[in-house]
Amino acid sequence: MEPILEISGLTKTYAGGFTALLGVDLTINKGEIFALLGPNGAGKTTLIGAVCGQVRPTGGTMRAFGQDMSHGWRSLRARIGLVPQELATDMFETVLHSVNYSRGLFGLAPDPARIEEILRALSLWDKRKAQIRALSGGMKRRVLIAKALAHEPDLLFLDEPTAGVDVELRRDMWAQIAKLRDRGTTIILTTHYIEEAEEMADRVGIIQGGRIRMVEDTRSLMKRLGRTEAHISLATPLATVPEALADYHLTLGNGGQELLYRGGDGSGGGKAKVAQLTKDLVALGIDYTAIDIRESSLEDIFVDLLEGEAA
Amino acid sequence: MIVFNARSTWTIYKREVMRAMRTAMQSILAPVLTTTLYFVVFGAAIGSKMDSGMAGVNYGAFIVPGLLLLTLLSESTSNGSFGIYMPRFTGAIYELLSAPVGVAETLIGFVGAAATKSLILAAIILVTATFFVDYTIAHPFYALGFILLVSASFSLLGFILGIWADSFEKLGIVPVLFIIPLTFLGGTFYSIDLLPEPWRSVAMANPVVYLVNGLRWCFYGSSDFPIGLSLGMTLGFLALCVAIIAWIFRTGWRLRA
Ligand SMILES: Nc1ncnc2c1ncn2[C@@H]1O[C@H](COP(=O)(O)OP(=O)(O)OP(=O)(O)O)[C@@H](O)[C@H]1O
Ligand SMILES: [Mg+2]
Repeated sequence: MEPILEISGLTKTYAGGFTALLGVDLTINKGEIFALLGPNGAGKTTLIGAVCGQVRPTGGTMRAFGQDMSHGWRSLRARIGLVPQELATDMFETVLHSVNYSRGLFGLAPDPARIEEILRALSLWDKRKAQIRALSGGMKRRVLIAKALAHEPDLLFLDEPTAGVDVELRRDMWAQIAKLRDRGTTIILTTHYIEEAEEMADRVGIIQGGRIRMVEDTRSLMKRLGRTEAHISLATPLATVPEALADYHLTLGNGGQELLYRGGDGSGGGKAKVAQLTKDLVALGIDYTAIDIRESSLEDIFVDLLEGEAA
Repeated sequence: MIVFNARSTWTIYKREVMRAMRTAMQSILAPVLTTTLYFVVFGAAIGSKMDSGMAGVNYGAFIVPGLLLLTLLSESTSNGSFGIYMPRFTGAIYELLSAPVGVAETLIGFVGAAATKSLILAAIILVTATFFVDYTIAHPFYALGFILLVSASFSLLGFILGIWADSFEKLGIVPVLFIIPLTFLGGTFYSIDLLPEPWRSVAMANPVVYLVNGLRWCFYGSSDFPIGLSLGMTLGFLALCVAIIAWIFRTGWRLRA
């Protein structure tokens, strides 16, 4: 795999003396979608700012497209796009002007067809002549995305792209982002919606307190730490777990009225186990009234990890 | 390797000019109205009672260069400052910082647009003046160059101000607190030679004196001291502003966190 961005030993101490990044090492591969997760104040925006020019790093090195970013930064920056976390742009401008401006600012010749394509894909074409301030919050965010895409970046940072975007549109945007990746754009996004990372990201990185805690392939992380949990409400309480069910490692809860199964991995093996368990219960003549089954999400894993760190 | 991005520069310039045009009415009407009032009061009303004029020129005509400067300095400063202050204030500056543009593109784009607006304003004021006083321009070519130089210098000063300011109050205070008094005391309405010592020497420390003198020379072919000195002082001021801005961009002072 070819790295597109290599960050090593990146530190940032703000003017007030607060250290927001404590030696971040991170490599992003060409063509992947990378999700950066972490609680508020973890340093996600600071990290993005260091690459995109809003933040001056106090230490470390960054290489983009195989070149040191402190040399020839202009040609490297020209290939990087940024959708900021805050809705910040000239609100009195029209959508079309604003997006055309972004393209020109990055030194590209006007391309009305390309801009139309971008605006249509983001359902903004009908609003192209509207002032940005007259758009809804979700539309404004899409304008910022359109602005970032206007210069056709190879590497795109999305700092909470779907904050304030409704559920339906969010799915729409995921599809757009997937399309961008299919065109060869590498995407780094931050999000507080874990399902977003789970759904889209090839790899996830967890940052906390200015340090990268973990970077892993989304699927293998789910598989390694994913769990199936089944709560089976019994018709009549049990005093102990029957010997015949020992292999399932069940526990009794709620005064013997509930059987709890916890196991499997993120690949669905747990569900099959639960299906088998229900048959065994029937065979043993143990009646039940309800089954509540759920797969642990990246969110649970994330919370577990951070709590583990805190403990 | 790219060292200068002409298209980015042009894009910034065009947008800033367009932004200025959105508020064209206020930004042109206000200074024109103010200048008109000055001409009516000082030029037509008071000036008509002064038979001798000043420095051999009719008083109404004498104040044209000074009044023009008064407007140019305060308008250039405030236009130059707003252009960069607003995106800092709203956070929209992120885009400029993420773009492949450096100090040259940014300056030519922003300051060029502010100076353009000043030039348009100067033209309107000069046309307006013809309704109230008779004046001629002895060295039109020099006058244009000088107005251009002054507009650019003070738009640069405004740019620095817009980066320094962290509130609207600070943004508004510099033109009111420094530029207007310095212009008034800089011989806008009188010849410095009329001042008794030691005030004349004190006045010589006011940089605006050289600007007023330079422009007056362009208009009337005579001034309190040589045009070369005025030109040199203005160029020096311009160079100082550019040097400060280059430093700001190199260190990221108040631009990058
Ligand atoms: N300009 C600044 N000056 C001083 N401290 C700052 C500045 N910007 C951010 N910080 C601090 O750095 C830390 C990291 O902030 P950052 O914005 O990178 O967090 P984040 O992970 O993006 O959080 P969120 O999920 O809330 O967006 C925070 O403690 C914040 O207070
Ligand atoms: Mg953030």
